Amino acid sequence: MVDNQSAFVAFERVQKSYDGEVLVVKDLNLSMPKGEFLTMLGPSGSGKTTCLMMLAGFETATHGDILLDGVSINNIPPHKRGIGMVFQNYALFPHMTVAENLSFPLEVRKIGKSEREEKVMRALGMVQMQDFAGRRPAQLSGGQQQRIALSRALVFEPELVLMDEPLGALDKQLRETLQFEITNLAHELGITTVYVTHDQTEALTMSDRVAVFDDGRIQQLAAPDELYEKPQNSFVAQFIGENNTMDGVVQQIQGDTCIVRLDSGDIIDAVPVNVSEVGQRTQVSIRPERVEFDRTRLKEDAHTLKAEVLEFIYMGDIFRTRLRVAGKEDFVIKTRNAPDQRRLKPGEMIEIGWLAQDCRALDA
Amino acid sequence: MTLVLAADGRPLKASLNRALRRQKLRALMLIAPLLIFILVSFVMPIADMLFRSVENEIVVETLPRTVATLDGWDSESGQAPDEDVFTALYFDMVLATEYKTHTRLGSRLNYEMTGISSLFRKSGRGVGRFDTDTYTDAIQAADPAYADPAQWAAWMADDTVRAALPMTANTYDAWAAMIIETEEDVPAEEVPWNFVFTSLYLEVTEGAEPPVALDLSGVPLVSLRDQFADVDEDWLDPEVWQVVKIYSPEYTNGYFLNSVDRFKGAEGAEVRPENEQIYITLFIRTMIMSGSIMGMCVLLGYPIAWLLANLPARKANLLMILVLLPFWTSLLVRTSAWKVLLQQQGVINDTLVWYHSTWFGQLLDPVFMGLLNICYAFVNVITWVWNVINGIWGGTDGLYMDWAVAGFERLALINNQTGTIIAMTHILLPFMILPLFSVMKTIPISYLRAAKSLGATNWTAFWRVYFPQSVPGIGAGCILVFILSIGYYITPELVGGTKGVFISNRIAYHISSSLNWGLAAALGTILLVIVMGLYWMYDKIVGIDNVKLGG
Amino acid sequence: MKTTMKLMATTCLTLSASLAVADGHMANEMTIVSWGGAYSSSQENAYHIPYAEMTGVTIINDESSAEAVAKLRAMNEAGNVTWDVVDVVASDAIRLCDEGLALEIDFDEQLAPGDDGSTPTEDFGDLLVSDCFIPQIVYSTTFGYRTDLVGDTAPTDVCAIFDTETYPGMRSLEKRPINNMEWALLCDGVAKGDVYDVLETEEGQAQAFAKLDTIKDSVIWWSAGADTPQLLADGEVVMGSTYNGRLFSLIEEQDQPVAMLWDAQVFDLDGWIIPAGLTPEREARALDYVRFATDTQRLADQSKYIAYGPARASSAPLVGQHATLGIDMAPHMPTDPANATNTFLYNYTWWADYRDDLDAKFQVWLSQ
Repeated sequence: MVDNQSAFVAFERVQKSYDGEVLVVKDLNLSMPKGEFLTMLGPSGSGKTTCLMMLAGFETATHGDILLDGVSINNIPPHKRGIGMVFQNYALFPHMTVAENLSFPLEVRKIGKSEREEKVMRALGMVQMQDFAGRRPAQLSGGQQQRIALSRALVFEPELVLMDEPLGALDKQLRETLQFEITNLAHELGITTVYVTHDQTEALTMSDRVAVFDDGRIQQLAAPDELYEKPQNSFVAQFIGENNTMDGVVQQIQGDTCIVRLDSGDIIDAVPVNVSEVGQRTQVSIRPERVEFDRTRLKEDAHTLKAEVLEFIYMGDIFRTRLRVAGKEDFVIKTRNAPDQRRLKPGEMIEIGWLAQDCRALDA
Repeated sequence: MTLVLAADGRPLKASLNRALRRQKLRALMLIAPLLIFILVSFVMPIADMLFRSVENEIVVETLPRTVATLDGWDSESGQAPDEDVFTALYFDMVLATEYKTHTRLGSRLNYEMTGISSLFRKSGRGVGRFDTDTYTDAIQAADPAYADPAQWAAWMADDTVRAALPMTANTYDAWAAMIIETEEDVPAEEVPWNFVFTSLYLEVTEGAEPPVALDLSGVPLVSLRDQFADVDEDWLDPEVWQVVKIYSPEYTNGYFLNSVDRFKGAEGAEVRPENEQIYITLFIRTMIMSGSIMGMCVLLGYPIAWLLANLPARKANLLMILVLLPFWTSLLVRTSAWKVLLQQQGVINDTLVWYHSTWFGQLLDPVFMGLLNICYAFVNVITWVWNVINGIWGGTDGLYMDWAVAGFERLALINNQTGTIIAMTHILLPFMILPLFSVMKTIPISYLRAAKSLGATNWTAFWRVYFPQSVPGIGAGCILVFILSIGYYITPELVGGTKGVFISNRIAYHISSSLNWGLAAALGTILLVIVMGLYWMYDKIVGIDNVKLGG
Repeated sequence: MKTTMKLMATTCLTLSASLAVADGHMANEMTIVSWGGAYSSSQENAYHIPYAEMTGVTIINDESSAEAVAKLRAMNEAGNVTWDVVDVVASDAIRLCDEGLALEIDFDEQLAPGDDGSTPTEDFGDLLVSDCFIPQIVYSTTFGYRTDLVGDTAPTDVCAIFDTETYPGMRSLEKRPINNMEWALLCDGVAKGDVYDVLETEEGQAQAFAKLDTIKDSVIWWSAGADTPQLLADGEVVMGSTYNGRLFSLIEEQDQPVAMLWDAQVFDLDGWIIPAGLTPEREARALDYVRFATDTQRLADQSKYIAYGPARASSAPLVGQHATLGIDMAPHMPTDPANATNTFLYNYTWWADYRDDLDAKFQVWLSQ
């Protein structure tokens, strides 16, 4: 974590309400060091875009401060913030050519013509689009437009770039290529980037850190691996990746492990994350790929559950098996398609278990 | 290239054409009623109007013989034509009077020369009382066969008689046709009228052989020229004849010349005297005022359209209703409302007078006056310098001071050009707002945001990014407003006073009052050409693809 | 292609059928065209209702008299005249007659004799200005003035309109040369009998325009009959010309501080024409209506509702009281001897000739 003084971008107790009745952003605190690629991830209506717009200056915070390089920018109009921005629908000016689009931010900064041209070509070079300088946006494909939008946001060399779901309208393959290009560019140029998306894969693959938004709050702010493996609450656990959940009551806490009695009466091992005392209701969460059904790979004293195989799905790289566990029929396990991997058959009765640290006892 | 065959072995192209033709035919059938309706109700009237602006058959139809004989008259002679022309005029006039077409021709020619209307009306009454009855009496006295209708009919069916008396045959035929048509009598039962005997007399005295020998040596010639001159001396005025001659062809450019303050003289187009030059002034005024109205509509309509496009739906709907309100009130009601507002004793002037009487007004008026005078002084100085540079001595124009000196009188806001511009702008504003709105609606807010994020100030973002994208809407609105305002005449008539009226007011006058439809058509045609010219220019400058009535 | 032809034919048939329906002159209907407003309702009361009761004919009112000349011409060209009787002013009647658009009337044959036994020709006298025109009322274009704005000396003379010193303020005049040119000359010292002779010359026209020039800046030009009464009521003008019936209702019915100036008022006529080209049955019925509506009693009846004088001499003694106000109408008639001491006779035939020319010059003058 960075403290607010040395942070490049910081939100301090920021609140936002449009109608004076409902807070869309509730007490947001966030700080980013220079050069970080931070993604704001969340379902629609979670407040992530509002945060981005407040940072860009198109919305004003109802309460709190937004700091850029240690200075409050609350009262600085958007055009003086020097923040590059890529919009969801690219927002390329349709009446200008690609070169004119790129030269626009330079013109308003009163940069000389020759320097402008040079910078435009360099920015186009970054996205391999030099040949398209004379075209109109309407003559470009979606991916090309996206590249232009990106290079336009970078051409005036901003230190902070905001991207509002920039890849939302593209097909999967193109999206993956561009994800790679964007992160590369950002790191190469050392730009601080705030990226908004609702696509968790995108968030995980691109970011240094991800802020998961829900209900106007950051539910968890962490690096992708931590986010995936150590979700702080059930929302994050549910939102990021696939998850099996089971409800129960904490029966015993011993240091960094605990024992949970599920509603079905079964006993399991877990890591207490959001629970602190015995008798508390909890929701445990376990990733499908961390479930073991080979008794030999578990600790000896590990608790196990009985499971009945309901469905086996062959997915190429992995096998996905649906089980009935503790009265629930949507328990899924994933196994790698390895030569020695056992293929479970529907109707088969197995015993499953996990390492206690993989199963997290979260808020109910 | 190899010929691709369809499944049934025919060439694919032919097969495709066949399939398409049926589709096209069906489409044509579906639009046929509309197409015919448009043809009948739109294209044909316009074509008819264009045609009327050159059509001039009335002269040759009403006075066919006169027009034919008038060919031999030298319009430069300064003399009225000779007896032959008057003889032809006599025949034509008698027939026209019976057909009741002479007054119509009189009205037509009166457009070109004042007085012809009553000349024809008078002559129509007069031709029946010409002294040519002496011929009739003399001929019938010479041989009673000439008083027998059946005998006349028999002669006129006989080719040898017709060959001997071609003119008489011609007048008899015309008379017979007229008797059948207007009197609904049988020619073989009626004695021909005096003018038929006149032609017989003239031919016999020239040496032609009548069917029954006639001795007319003792019958004196009745000069038809004198007879017409007796009815009205104007018949001896060569100018009258010149008008008849100039307008005798079936088609004329006279209406067009009239439309541009010229007239068709003997030598071709001539400029009208200054106190009759009106149309060019009106055309120019119409263009300038329509342009001003268009400009006002852009200035007022643009912000409103912007609000409409960017306000939340509820407020935008309310505003839209306000914008459309002028559409739902009658034109006359709206115009009358403007009268109440704008007249000298109207609401605005009353408010101004009240304002000047309040302490606030009393306080500010001298300040305002002072500022105004400084402006005028400045303009005066510039004028003076300009005059000096151009070598004009004589000081400055006192005109600039007038308003300031007059102080705060009640403003003349109506019955002048201001009135027309205000009222018309109000009426036409929706035609600017709606296309602008529908174009602006399609411009996402993110463009402005993008521009601002790229460092543009609000103004630059608007001017460089938003405005260019709204230009198609402005173009469409301007074309609509301009074309509509060119054609408006009711509002200018009611609030325009004398200097705020358009060319359309004259067109309306000629259509409904003076019945000079030819001139109205010519004026309309010129207007149409001007509009098309402007449209073409717009296309060249801005490009017609850049006109959008909606997203 | 065959189908298309069939379709086209069907469309044409449908079109013509619908036109025929629109034309739909039922046997017992007639369309009478007039000016609308108070004038039409006076005709409704005096003529239409009694005629409909007497004959059972349904009368359809059309208020198109202002555009009657143009519309009649258009109908005539289309060969489909839908009007049966049309109320027009005399100058329009002359124009229609000249154009062959109106039926010529044999007055003594086709109109009712006067109650006093006079023939129609005698009874109408010199009001028969055209062969097609059956006079109905005499109206006059005269001046009304604001009694509260003219100071102590109320105008008695038409030349008050040119006297901007005694009567400062705006005045309203009709936006056409007719009447204004005559008044200008009268007030510039031309004798009443010489007005048209003078106006015939270029110099005379220039003289009239020069006289009008003196008040040009203080004139509001009107084009609708309702303008001057409104302007007077609003106090926009001190005085203005309009039809005497309009002034009557302004003064007597609306109680405005306005008085009428009976000096050099221009007599004009309004009456009926029957369009040319009607079917014999329709023509006969139109003539029957006109014969009824222009008899002595009917013409006198109309003056109960509106302050216009009956065109027949024989109707004058029968003029009574206003139908609702109960005041004697005779003193408000332009034909009343007390009002007609100094009237001006409008020369229809002269204007028929000079209208086009002077109108153009008048427009030029206006726009200078």
